[in-house]
Formats: sequence, structure tokens, C-alpha cells
Amino acid sequence: MIYLTRKEHFNAAHKLYNPNWSKVQNESVFGKCANANWHGHNYDLFVTIKGEPDPSTGFVFDVKQLSILIKTHIIEKLDHKNLNMDVDFMKDKMCSTEHLAIGIWNELRLHLPKSVQLHCIKLYETPRIYVEYFGD
Amino acid sequence: MHKKVAIYRKEHFNAAHRLHNMDWSDEKNMAVFGKCNNPNYHGHNYELIVKVVGVPDAATGYVIDTKILSNIIQQEVIEKFDHKNLNLDTVEFKQLNPTAENIVMVIYDLLRPHIAMDKELVITLYETERNFVQYPA
Repeated sequence: MIYLTRKEHFNAAHKLYNPNWSKVQNESVFGKCANANWHGHNYDLFVTIKGEPDPSTGFVFDVKQLSILIKTHIIEKLDHKNLNMDVDFMKDKMCSTEHLAIGIWNELRLHLPKSVQLHCIKLYETPRIYVEYFGD
Repeated sequence: MHKKVAIYRKEHFNAAHRLHNMDWSDEKNMAVFGKCNNPNYHGHNYELIVKVVGVPDAATGYVIDTKILSNIIQQEVIEKFDHKNLNLDTVEFKQLNPTAENIVMVIYDLLRPHIAMDKELVITLYETERNFVQYPA
């Protein structure tokens, strides 16, 4: 079994703010991440798929195709956007890195060929903070 | 011993912004600034490198005490810009387009009064890993 990873990146604004809570409670839980006018990050995205290399190509999957699928269906929707306001698959969700990783998995899964096994979405919000989602 | 040494302090802040010229139409802004003009903003992890050059003090061996330098940067830059919207939440960019070029010059002006004039100050600002600016050039 080989694990194949493609790295991409996007830059976006967001805030952590639960509309069902008061401003005071939001600031108490989310601190400066609750700033009303947003803040932003350079996100690094690692998409890992797994499988056995095809004997005729030596590939688990054509990584150029993987890159095109990620760029078309994920990066186009997220890059230079406001994650709370501009992204269909994050509508009405708390815009944490955890939820974003799950959202990226679900969105990308729709567009990957059935034969491709998605293994992990690893998402860096800052160089020091990242999450991993394995689909379970 | 009059040899000069450069000392650097790295800090970072995370902020939202958009590039927009208020004197231009929406169409012209979009044509010039592209996706950086997104009306709902986008954001970056900014990495800031502050360089101070001078002759180390004979008594302390310091060009500048890095703890003092860190406190100045925190107070003058990070508290103003971290987890903020540069266009909406800062006085510095109310009228000024928050490009990396303008941000680096603003940071220089914020820090310069707090660094002794016999020291040289150079600011490097990374907007992304691949895009960064320096002032003075």
C-alpha cells in the first residue's frame, strides 16, 4: 500500500462566532478569533490518497489529475474568499479548522473517481496548528 | 570594538484584508486586484522580521535587548493587527490600501520612534511563503 499526498494552499478570511450565543460568550470562548470583522490565514492543505501502484503506469493515481481535481473543486471555492460567507459547503457551520477539513473531505470525495481511496485531509491553519481527518 | 552586528526578531500576526482603491469603480478594482479584491475579504498569516543593526553596547554586549524589542513589536504592531481586519479595524489602513508594500512601510513608521536613532532598522514582511517585501529597500 502506498500513500500519495498532494500539497496545495489557499488564503482566506474567517471568524469563529456562534450566532446562538451572546457577543460576550463568543469572546469568552473564541477570544480574538471572534473578531466581528474577520481575520485570516494562509492555509496549507495536504490531500493523501492510498492504493497499490498500477503495474502499467506505476501510479496509485495520476497526481496531476489529483491536483486538477483539488484546484477545481476545493481551491477555487476557498482561495481569497471569506470562509463564513462565500463557501457553499461551509454555510451554517462553525468555521473551525476541524469543520473545514471535514467539509473538504466531503466535497472532494464527490469528485474523486470511485476507484480512488481518500486517506487523509491534513489542514494547516498556521505553521503551528493543523488538523487531520481520516473520514471516520 | 566598533563593529556592527544585525539582530533579528521574528513575530507573526493573522489578519484579513482586501485590496481596493476607493477612487476606482468595482470593475476597475476587480480588473487590477483580481481575487485580492473579494468584497468579503480574505486573509493571511503574516510573518514579520525586524532587523536592528548597531554596534553592541560595551557593557551589555547587546545591540538591543531582544525582550525589549519583542515588547515594542507586540505593543506597536501585533496588538494592532493580529486577528483584525486591516481595512476595517485599523486606523492606519482606513484610507491606505493594505498591500504588503504599504503594510511594511506602516510597520517601519510604527517602530522607528522606539528604536534608538544610531541603530538601523529594516523590516521584512512575508504575506505568503512566496511573497515578501522589505523596507527600506
